[in-house]
Amino acid sequence: MTVTEETTTSGPGYKWVGTRPIRPDGLDKVTGKARFGADLALPGMLEGAVLRSPHAHARIVSIDTRAAAAMPGVKAIVTGADFPDPAELGGRPDEEMVAANIIARDKVLYEGHVVAAVAATSRKQAQRAAAAIEVEYQPLEHVLTVDEAMADDAPLLHPDLKTRGMDPAPEEPSNIASRISHERGDLDKGFAEADLVVERTFTTKPVHQGYIEPHAAVADAGENGRATIWCSSQGHFAMRTMTATVLGWEPSKLKVIPAEIGGGFGGKTVIYLEPLAVALSAKSGRPVRLVMDRDEVFRASGPTSGTKIRVKVGVTNDGQLTAAEAWMAYEAGAYPGSPVGAGGMTILAPYDIPNFSVEGFDVVVNKPKVAAYRAPGAPMAAFALESVLDELAAGIGMDPVELRLRNAAVEGTQASYGPKFPRIGFVETLEAIRDHDHYRAPLGPNQGRGVASGFWFNAGMNSSATVHVNEDGTMTVVVGTPDIGGSRASMGLMAAEEMGIDVAKIQSIVADTETVGFNDVTGGSRVTLATGAAVVEACRSIKADLRARAAKTWDCDIEEVEWVDGQAQHAGGGETPLSLQALARKSGRTGGPISATASLNARGVGAAFSTQVCDVEVDPETGEVTILRFTTAQDAGTAIHPSYVEGQMQGGVVQGIGWALNEEYIHDRDGRMENPGFLDYRIPVASDLPMIDTVVVEVPNPAHPYGVRGVGEVGIVPPLAAVANAIAAATGCRLVDLPMSPPRVLAAITGKADG
Amino acid sequence: MATVHVPSSLRDLTDGVAEVEIDAPTVRRLIAELDQRFPGIGERLDEGVSVSINGEILPDALYEEIPDGAEIHFLPTLSGG
Repeated sequence: MTVTEETTTSGPGYKWVGTRPIRPDGLDKVTGKARFGADLALPGMLEGAVLRSPHAHARIVSIDTRAAAAMPGVKAIVTGADFPDPAELGGRPDEEMVAANIIARDKVLYEGHVVAAVAATSRKQAQRAAAAIEVEYQPLEHVLTVDEAMADDAPLLHPDLKTRGMDPAPEEPSNIASRISHERGDLDKGFAEADLVVERTFTTKPVHQGYIEPHAAVADAGENGRATIWCSSQGHFAMRTMTATVLGWEPSKLKVIPAEIGGGFGGKTVIYLEPLAVALSAKSGRPVRLVMDRDEVFRASGPTSGTKIRVKVGVTNDGQLTAAEAWMAYEAGAYPGSPVGAGGMTILAPYDIPNFSVEGFDVVVNKPKVAAYRAPGAPMAAFALESVLDELAAGIGMDPVELRLRNAAVEGTQASYGPKFPRIGFVETLEAIRDHDHYRAPLGPNQGRGVASGFWFNAGMNSSATVHVNEDGTMTVVVGTPDIGGSRASMGLMAAEEMGIDVAKIQSIVADTETVGFNDVTGGSRVTLATGAAVVEACRSIKADLRARAAKTWDCDIEEVEWVDGQAQHAGGGETPLSLQALARKSGRTGGPISATASLNARGVGAAFSTQVCDVEVDPETGEVTILRFTTAQDAGTAIHPSYVEGQMQGGVVQGIGWALNEEYIHDRDGRMENPGFLDYRIPVASDLPMIDTVVVEVPNPAHPYGVRGVGEVGIVPPLAAVANAIAAATGCRLVDLPMSPPRVLAAITGKADG
Repeated sequence: MATVHVPSSLRDLTDGVAEVEIDAPTVRRLIAELDQRFPGIGERLDEGVSVSINGEILPDALYEEIPDGAEIHFLPTLSGG
């Protein structure tokens, strides 16, 4: 279902944009022909294995690799001593953190932290040798939660870490890396004006992005001081930059060739194995392949933050939000860099609240360094705020969608994080849910319905694209942003629309770091907007070139030539139109090959909003929650390929449902993860869920040639609260701790019955 | 002349001043002017912030031109998934 704003350029005016061609990479993927990170094998290639810390926090007293190095088949071993000291790399603090996370030096900061890596002639030999490396540890006290880490007497992960953003600046170190804050208005006055105030404290656990394909990298370092890396990532240019930083190399010495990617969701915007593979290859003189097990993926990559969030909101009896206060603490993992900044900026963003205060803390704990995960920081924040809004609506006897509509941010509203919103489609998503038949469908016993909304910024950033016209009149679109959600098809559709040719005549490819200009990562819901803008710009250059060539052919002025429906036409009608194929065939006579490149730092980013409604049934005897029905409405701007937009919306919802109901990192008292596999870390599968119904709202972004906003992330923001609100409606119990697994739900129900 | 909104995390350097008017052609010049008025703020802004000019958030804004009457906000740098 698609709801399109009448006044826009979207819809019937387009021939290709908005259609649903079969994905060009689909056949290779379903037949097993597509090459993912672990699929590449080179002649003479060695297999690698990584030795990881068994301790959550320990000092490394010594590492002895001699026995391991003497084992059969072992060709190279690297430890922290083989890499430059992160503090001396001369990079930004966050780059130092990436380097320190790749391989430990004097301390290990979480279970799974890399201590050494081995390359051998077989994976089994490498694993045996890694296990034979003798490491003497001095275990240290550890902290696993923000409460433990923020305690006055907490053991410190980084003895020099002092909190940024405090006034006055602290003199003593702590585990709090930074403080953020946003304020407006008069909080006391706002709460005094409220007829009802609700205050709650919420907690969420770290959850993993859960991509199906584990991290993998193959590296081949030559004697000329250069290396080639094949890896699966969300951005091979970023992999090049970060790997070069960790190795102390110039980026241009590395060539990174992108493999197909089997899911990332933000977790593949960072490096783990690449520098280890290059170092092992350089030391052994042979190509080296490193592939993580699922166990390693859980223990050492991702996840996103566990959080503790306290929210207090006031409302009048007629539904005006008068004040909001939020205190937020996000686990960063072992190194600073949690998404608390985004959490603090998004938590109130959908609403126009005159008085508020948001305070957030980035807190290091002895767990893996967190990585981006779909709208990083926003889902936990929305879980807290949208749960409280639900209670407020019930408390004043108002429909929860109506409460949100009365306070919704619109064009010109000053966002809680600062700037004024341009044209946005939040209200339209609320109206789409309010008017959907799902919202009025009857419910049965033990069933409940919840709604929630969410916001995400989206991003622009740097993209490059090159477009070639081939001699047979087809076109090749070359981009440098890995195709993680169908972007090859979307690029093809925009190019087809620009050029007026069949999308089947356009092939989009993802090229390596030496074949196309620089591109930032596929992340931030940015590729359709930014790389799309580069493709459109390159196509427009080609159209101008084609018109000039037709003018040369017809011996007329270029102004007399129009490009219509894939061919050059003489405005006076006196010439036979020249097709793209005809112009391509004669390109040698009219100036040479036809090609254009566009590189840009994309502007005009359009923010995204989503509103969702969820029906659940709660088994009163077991606490099990069944999702009965789920509908999500999201402003896509323009849906270039509606199937992919719907897929992104559904994917975000499914991941959010898993986060809400089942997913969590469980650690033992020693800080070791107890559930590092998909049997014990429970992500939803198809049989757990109903069809996720989608309503694609299209309020075009006026700053993009085709109105694109970006759709990849915001869908994961509302589900946590939508499910919690539905459970509250079904049971009368407000659950504030995720996941809302059967034992926790049952305890809440039983507690209510007991009370 | 642009209106610059000082984030609350930097108001320890501005004696609590939340909003200032500054005439500067680019973001770089604007930060230099801010630093002259409020010593130390330039270094803090150099630690990785995005700049919003009339509502558009720009991560690499140092050389951006500032139109007359612009609303400027400094925001934490964001990462997407």
